[in-house]
Amino acid sequence: MRDDIASIFEQVLNRPVEITDDTDIVEDLGMDSLGVMNFVMAIEDFYDISIPLDRITQVQTVGDLIRAVEELRKGA
Amino acid sequence: MTILAKHAAYKTAYDTVRNMGIEPLSVRFDDVLSPTEGVLAGKRTILLGTNNYLGLTFDPACIEKAVEATKSQGTGTTGSRIANGSYDGHLRLEQDLAKFYGRQHAMVFTTGYQANLGVLSTLVGRGDHLMLDADSHASIYDGSRLGMAEVIRFRHNNPDDLYKRLRRLEGVPGDRLIVVEGIYSMLGDTAPLKEIAHVKRETGAYLLVDEAHSLGVLGETGRGLAEQAGVEADVDFIVGTFSKSLGSVGGFCVSDNPDFDVMRIVSRPYMFTASLPPGVIASTIEALHQMQIRPELRANLMRNARRLHDGLTALGFETGPEANPIVAAVMPNQEIAVAFWKMLLDSGVYLNLAVPPATPTNNPLLRSSVSAAHTIQQIDTALEAFEHVGRQLGMLSADKRRAGAAS
Repeated sequence: MRDDIASIFEQVLNRPVEITDDTDIVEDLGMDSLGVMNFVMAIEDFYDISIPLDRITQVQTVGDLIRAVEELRKGA
Repeated sequence: MTILAKHAAYKTAYDTVRNMGIEPLSVRFDDVLSPTEGVLAGKRTILLGTNNYLGLTFDPACIEKAVEATKSQGTGTTGSRIANGSYDGHLRLEQDLAKFYGRQHAMVFTTGYQANLGVLSTLVGRGDHLMLDADSHASIYDGSRLGMAEVIRFRHNNPDDLYKRLRRLEGVPGDRLIVVEGIYSMLGDTAPLKEIAHVKRETGAYLLVDEAHSLGVLGETGRGLAEQAGVEADVDFIVGTFSKSLGSVGGFCVSDNPDFDVMRIVSRPYMFTASLPPGVIASTIEALHQMQIRPELRANLMRNARRLHDGLTALGFETGPEANPIVAAVMPNQEIAVAFWKMLLDSGVYLNLAVPPATPTNNPLLRSSVSAAHTIQQIDTALEAFEHVGRQLGMLSADKRRAGAAS
């Protein structure tokens, strides 16, 4: 899943990125709020899920994101 | 370091603008002469950013009603309607709004912001699903946080994305409420309401339209985008404001929902705030009346809107997709945007400088709002200022003539 997420990051940011579970999406990848929104929507398309707004605000690192996506896919 | 140090990033951004010698947040009008003219630093200035769509702020009938009501009933109600009761005017305004929209019920709030807070937080709660357009106004986002519903954003003006997200909720319990705006406040684009109404019918969701910028602006009789798109029957709730086309302050919601009035005893932003003062209610009632008996206001407004929108486009500026009373020129970066805004102000044209994250993209905007009260001369003066400043800042190629612009 991390590889898929990395490639989605690369599509949105239009540059290569290296990520680990600890990568901070805003701090380390330099994303602004618009970038985060576009990225979240690309993730939602890819996994065919909707990530509710309160869940998005809890996501800070790539690891948080992977956990959120896994939980939402299980719940679906 | 103080308790407010957590907002340092915003302060830094604002200081950057201030260091350019400009204080966009501290524009102070020495005087306001008319709906379209004010005095700034001793200089007469065209007001092109005040959402005064029908120019009713100085309407003699509205002023007279406000004065009369203030003299006879006082300056304020000093309390909420649930604690202190209603004045005649509150009920009369609600009746007039319901009648205007052809709906069973209407409820008046103290501001448009509170109308969204009060309605959204009451319509959906824990276990429900609130579907927001990603470019929604701050009051919609804030209202969504006041309730406990799950909030899902869909791509701006994208009914397919909305449908996809509602489909993902199939089999999940809870009500679904779709929220869109008649005219979006930054670029002046309208929602594809026919298609959204279709999605609503397909999925059994409720639909709320915020007509803050479209009341008195769109539709045969000024009822907004729902009327213009011919889908009023599909719209379960309309929210709006008095602070734009009606020239005062306050918000409202209208609906045919049979349980509507329960909101009066559960909607906290309605219950725990002072009701609107008699003078405001009286001028609003009159403005709603003027709006209905003077359809020429809407015609003038749209004529001015088209002239500014088409004029800016012809000059080579990137503007919103539709000629509506909100006309925004997209700026390449913050430095040019701030300089442009200041130079327009210096040449006697006031409009709004909008910077991210308030804008839908990473580009700053120079946002104008046109009024029915603007003269063609004022619109042309603004266009000339745009052309002049655009040239000075190197945004327009020198040989670009105003072909196709207002002639």
